[in-house]
Amino acid sequence: MAILTVQILNSLLYASVLFLIAAGLSLIFGVMRIVNLAHGSFYGVGAYVAAWLVGTGIAVGVPLGWLFLALPCGAVAVALLGIVIEPLLLRPFYSRAEEYQLLVTFGLLQIIEDLVRLIWGGNPLSADTLMDALPIIHIGGLFYPAYNLVVIAVGVAAAVVLWAAIYHTRFGVMLRATSQDRRMASALGLNVGLIYVVAFGIGCFLAGLGGAIVVPTQAAVLGMGVDALVIAFVVVVIGGLGSLKGALVGALVVSFVRTAGIQFFPELELAVLYLIAAGVLLVRPTGLFGTA
Amino acid sequence: MAVQIETLRGRSGLAAAAGAALILLILVPGYFETYQVQLLTFGLIAALAALGFNLLLGYTGLLSFGHSAYFGVGAYALAFVVQYLGPHSMEFYLLFGIPVVAITSALFGYICVRHTRIFFGILTLAISQVIYSLALKLYWVTGGSDGLRVPRPALLFGALSFSGPSGFQQFITSYYYYVLAIFVVCVLLMWVIVHSPFGKALQGIRDNEVRARFLGMRIRRFRWIAFLVSGTFTGVAGILWVPLEGLATPDVLYWTFSGEIVFTALLGGFRNFTGPIVGGIVFTYLKSYAVATTVYWQLLLGIVLVTLVLVLPTGIVGAISLAGRRLRQRRASP
Repeated sequence: MAILTVQILNSLLYASVLFLIAAGLSLIFGVMRIVNLAHGSFYGVGAYVAAWLVGTGIAVGVPLGWLFLALPCGAVAVALLGIVIEPLLLRPFYSRAEEYQLLVTFGLLQIIEDLVRLIWGGNPLSADTLMDALPIIHIGGLFYPAYNLVVIAVGVAAAVVLWAAIYHTRFGVMLRATSQDRRMASALGLNVGLIYVVAFGIGCFLAGLGGAIVVPTQAAVLGMGVDALVIAFVVVVIGGLGSLKGALVGALVVSFVRTAGIQFFPELELAVLYLIAAGVLLVRPTGLFGTA
Repeated sequence: MAVQIETLRGRSGLAAAAGAALILLILVPGYFETYQVQLLTFGLIAALAALGFNLLLGYTGLLSFGHSAYFGVGAYALAFVVQYLGPHSMEFYLLFGIPVVAITSALFGYICVRHTRIFFGILTLAISQVIYSLALKLYWVTGGSDGLRVPRPALLFGALSFSGPSGFQQFITSYYYYVLAIFVVCVLLMWVIVHSPFGKALQGIRDNEVRARFLGMRIRRFRWIAFLVSGTFTGVAGILWVPLEGLATPDVLYWTFSGEIVFTALLGGFRNFTGPIVGGIVFTYLKSYAVATTVYWQLLLGIVLVTLVLVLPTGIVGAISLAGRRLRQRRASP
């Protein structure tokens, strides 16, 4: 029973990280109709910035409690990066064919991956001080780090805040209007360019937050973003590109299947995920909750 | 997109240019060192992969982000034969590998052509990653991330075999001509395909799907056959690639390798028949140059790709033909 509880908690941990990545990817697609292949790399950058800040903080002698600020800082750094990239690099491509959008974000992925290596080198960056700073709790005789519960809480909070922001604020209305009909929204006086920058910034913030909160549980390594992107694709394909609810359900499905997979059929766990994604695409190309 | 109108003069000019290029390619091993010949062989293989890929992107209007699957299946088909069946002949590898690749592309294509545009891209990507994760995880069959080793095969039904210390150089030269011969056959075949009524139908579907359907075309079947042909060509490139590389690893199945194939086609220009060929050769040299100069070669390639998409979306061949057309216009009206 305790093992089951731990496995469920592990699934929820993984689901909240996946949700953060996938929600950003989905939001960007929903508003701008761009499939951002560099999105996973933003997640990687978030992880690296957070781990680097924690490492620097320890070296400088920042008190332990303050080190937790490194995590939101990582997310904000990625959001700033996104705010710079969107108008400079992506804006010229909205009116062009999808091939070019995919290619420019693929080029961006290559650039970011190597810039990370250029800045932080090839060695993994660890931030496990934060995980050790929180107590370890007992679940029926098994030990479980309390930090993992923090990650789950962040994931839940992000889902609630995002839902409230999109469906219950004025900005959310503007966002959804732009998503549905860009030209009409523009004609009604909305500053579409500004909405695009903000939406892209939020998407990047979410990816960066995912990377930042995951880094104390595992080190930041090269290529983590490229791997994360494909899994995030599976999530949004299952849930539906452009749907917030879809990102949530997709993240839960993927994380539970993966946790069960590692337990029961470790050789096939990844293949099963991609097969589920392909199956959903075949039967319902718009995903379980997508409308696009 | 305007349908390309080729005058008789243009076509004979093209044949002359192709003939000249072929003669140059035949002369290469006599004048360059082994490394250059090997690199050019890699270039021809990359060109073949991109040529196959471009039947889908350039002529059918479908962007596949999963062509690594067919390249990789070709590579692994050969590696499996070496590992588990034993024969040591390149012809046998091709005879075994081509049907495997064709069946795989037929199967995957049947699933993928149900969608177009972005969903087609994601579906091809997802399915290619099924193969990737199987190659990575079923390590007792595939060798996992270590891959499978492939020794130098004998060519021409065992008439040429390459063992011993001097075997490498001989192999590279002979294999270059071997690849060149298959490459030429494939290019001619692809030329016939895209200029056949079938090829014209594909371009019609690309340009106006609704109108093509009104004409009674079975669009999905056309796309499926295009997918099958495209995957098979890329798979042949994969088969040819392994003996030269000496190793089949899951890297060639990963989705970023599909991205490289797309990059290659775009670099040369996917609106032209010769674009992917030029792109494949240029990309191979570009990558080997970048890898040799800096550890941050990926950064360099990324910058080239972004610049290319921003400034030169028609690729090298597109830009050259545009410049040529401008020059001719200027001459015609002084």
